[in-house]
Amino acid sequence: MTSLDLAFAACGLLAVVAGLLAVTTRQVVHAALWLVVALLGVAGCLLVLGHELVALVLVLVYVGAVVVLVLFALMLTRAPIGPDLAHAAPVWRQAAAAVAGAATTALLLAALVPVAGSAVERREISNQAVATELFGTWVWPFEALSVLLLAALIAALAISRGRAGEDT
Amino acid sequence: MIHLLGPYVVAALLVGLGVMGVLARRNAVLVLVGVELILSGSLVLLVAAGATAPSRWEASSVLPLFVITIAAAEVVVALAVILTAFRHRGSIDMDEAL
Repeated sequence: MTSLDLAFAACGLLAVVAGLLAVTTRQVVHAALWLVVALLGVAGCLLVLGHELVALVLVLVYVGAVVVLVLFALMLTRAPIGPDLAHAAPVWRQAAAAVAGAATTALLLAALVPVAGSAVERREISNQAVATELFGTWVWPFEALSVLLLAALIAALAISRGRAGEDT
Repeated sequence: MIHLLGPYVVAALLVGLGVMGVLARRNAVLVLVGVELILSGSLVLLVAAGATAPSRWEASSVLPLFVITIAAAEVVVALAVILTAFRHRGSIDMDEAL
């Protein structure tokens, strides 16, 4: 165990516990707020792994934008304050979902743990190298991504506006 | 020095929790929370792959950025669809028949 392993274990534990609370809590707004904690834990994991740019973008985009959108959607769909009893899933279904999740985890662990190997040296990733590659090799995917974002923006507006002449 | 076992275990647990969230929730907005957890698990895996071995064209840093951006676009469209469905049906219950 090295200090990096310990730091990663702390961030990973935070992410997993908050993720568990996000998918099991009965209060809908709390689920979105636990998602913030889980994503901050994931960002910490990425930071420990040396990808500080990815970690900061994760915090900016997910915590800053996506969770705010989810909270807005919860408010606009009249989420109840307090436990959401109208959408409570039956116990057998929650148990089945837990079994399916555990099976997925077991499958991934069975595939990944054998290839983990022993401790390795962490690579230093400079932001300069990332920027050079992003605006060099990856510049066309990057441009395509901006077109995708524009398409998503227009699609979201078009969908939520409804058809012309329709009574919304 | 870092063990790669940690990232692999965290990624597997996050994906499992996400699958559980997607299957157990009836509120359509909260299904998206599960999807976000699955995506963050895949991000951890993708980044862990490039944290030790040199990655060509810095793909281990650039591809997660692309994944985050595409996920943001997906969430925007999904929430627009959910809001429209709520306006038409008056409910966001995934169990309710159309």
